[in-house]
Amino acid sequence: MQELHLKLKEKFGEDVLGVHNQHGDETIVIKPAALIKIAQFLRDDSEYDMDFLMDLSAVDGLKLGWNPRFQVVYHFFSSKHTHRLRIKIPAADGGSVPSLTGLWAIANWFERECWDLLGVKFDGHPNLKRILLYEEFVGHPLRKDYPINKRQPLIGPGAPKKEAVK
Amino acid sequence: MSDLATEKNITGNNFPSPQAVKRETMMLNVGPSHPAMHGIVRMIVELDGETVQNADVEIGYLHRAFEKDSEQFGYLQVIPYTDRLNYVSPLINNIGYCMAVEKLFDLKAPERAQYIRVIMSELSRVSDHLTCIAASAMELGAFTVFLYMIKQREEIYQLVEEVTGARLTISYARVGGVKGDLPEGFEAKCHTVIKKTREVLRECDQLLTHNRIFVDRVKNVGIISQKDAISYSMTGPFLRSTGIDFDVRRATPYLVYDRFDFEIPVGSTGDCLDRYLVRMDEMEQSFRIVEQAYKQIPAGHVLVNEQGEVVKGEDLVDAAKMGETEGIVTKSATFDPTLAGYHKDNRAEVGTCNKRAAMPPKEETYSNIEGLMNHFKTVMVGHGTRPPAGEAYQAVEGANGELGFYVVSDGTGTPYRVRVRPPCFTIMAGLHKVVEGDSMADIIASFGSVNMIGGELDR
Repeated sequence: MQELHLKLKEKFGEDVLGVHNQHGDETIVIKPAALIKIAQFLRDDSEYDMDFLMDLSAVDGLKLGWNPRFQVVYHFFSSKHTHRLRIKIPAADGGSVPSLTGLWAIANWFERECWDLLGVKFDGHPNLKRILLYEEFVGHPLRKDYPINKRQPLIGPGAPKKEAVK
Repeated sequence: MSDLATEKNITGNNFPSPQAVKRETMMLNVGPSHPAMHGIVRMIVELDGETVQNADVEIGYLHRAFEKDSEQFGYLQVIPYTDRLNYVSPLINNIGYCMAVEKLFDLKAPERAQYIRVIMSELSRVSDHLTCIAASAMELGAFTVFLYMIKQREEIYQLVEEVTGARLTISYARVGGVKGDLPEGFEAKCHTVIKKTREVLRECDQLLTHNRIFVDRVKNVGIISQKDAISYSMTGPFLRSTGIDFDVRRATPYLVYDRFDFEIPVGSTGDCLDRYLVRMDEMEQSFRIVEQAYKQIPAGHVLVNEQGEVVKGEDLVDAAKMGETEGIVTKSATFDPTLAGYHKDNRAEVGTCNKRAAMPPKEETYSNIEGLMNHFKTVMVGHGTRPPAGEAYQAVEGANGELGFYVVSDGTGTPYRVRVRPPCFTIMAGLHKVVEGDSMADIIASFGSVNMIGGELDR
């Protein structure tokens, strides 16, 4: 079955911001508010049957001048029909997008990583805390305005006290 | 004590009845630095007696900012980083990344290069499965199996070394192909190693599969249901052990995997024994693929000059430095081991001729200005390999499951975003489901069957 993104656009016309099919990856950009509705439809509809949330990440569009700044990218996969679909939603800096933890258990860790590295918040996430980095880490390193050589304050027993660091 | 119901034992002393004893759970910290935690992972488990009630898995101790680093340099400079993701089967990562960039270019590697990639991927898969089974068997006390398998893995590494020049940090794949052709006589050596590995596997199979002690430790241990496995997006042997025959090589074939006849071994209960059996069977399937690939692979170029003379690469460079470039483009050259296998005669078979994606052969670089410019254009900052702006997701079947690369290009020589979908990550996210309800000692068996690779998990 081909052109899933176009069929989806027909169905959810008013929630769709754009579609493209670059290099054979069918992609649909939707409004954040419609994410849960569409994701649930994709999972439960027998024509799509997207039982896997294969990947979840985000791209910081600071250097590309995106407005809103981030795009959260979901890759869905159907093990029955062996087709893939990419869904993207825009996310503002400091804003939040709906969490998919209610639909897929893996969304929990994926969204934690996304929050950790890019600082995108997920509404309704039960435990949105850092996963790869430590709690005292300042900032979100995969943001384009985070310099690669930035140092972090020392933590642990030998670290200077908080008052001393200005 | 007075409000607790008591009963008299034979000696007449009062002991509280088992029902009346107040039960309390115990928190136990396992890792991050623990011999059974394969690198560094921390688990905080809540124990009721010896039974695990809850487990909290903490990762991130090996985070090396792979994705951030990838955004700093050129596309080709990311390739060595990918070696260090899953360092037990680095070739698969290499190939996966290069295929994602090729997708951005809408580029296809030449046929021979695709077969070489398949052969090297399958050898890597075998080495990965060998490591996993060996390590997890050792943790359950089967030290002999560990020694047998790791010794055999070493032979596979030697094969890999012969082709790539390194055992682990191989950097063999290139955008549009591979670094060089297979060395002479490699096929025969490959068959010898496969034959030997099959013998070792048969021996280990006898040592483990019908071994009461081993089977008792892994059967019905670490069970995960199909529903949970899908919900946690588990892939690879972990998913297949539950009975779902999803394999990226079959579901969405890449390279030339659709031309081979191979089976996808599946389990039924989703326990550690099934995962062990699936891995054992998969190695045999990998051998079958390699053998079929050798039957189908288009012939490589034999390096013969019209005059029968072969000029050494360094002599060619010296000659070019002295300005003796006349007629040099028509000559063939041999190179030092790191460059062997990539010369202009076989260039079209192992690498792409797309000048925007790949370096020219060294004969061109050292003998004419166009080749030299082409070379520098692919390596210089601000020029480099520049795929057109866009995005691409490429999935390959890693040893632990679906390994995906999502690459975003803004049209410059530096990747705008490189995202890795690591197969271990999703399994670790669901690990608490796997170990809950088992005994504390079963964590070792379950965790061993994950084949957790820190480099890939934390990136």
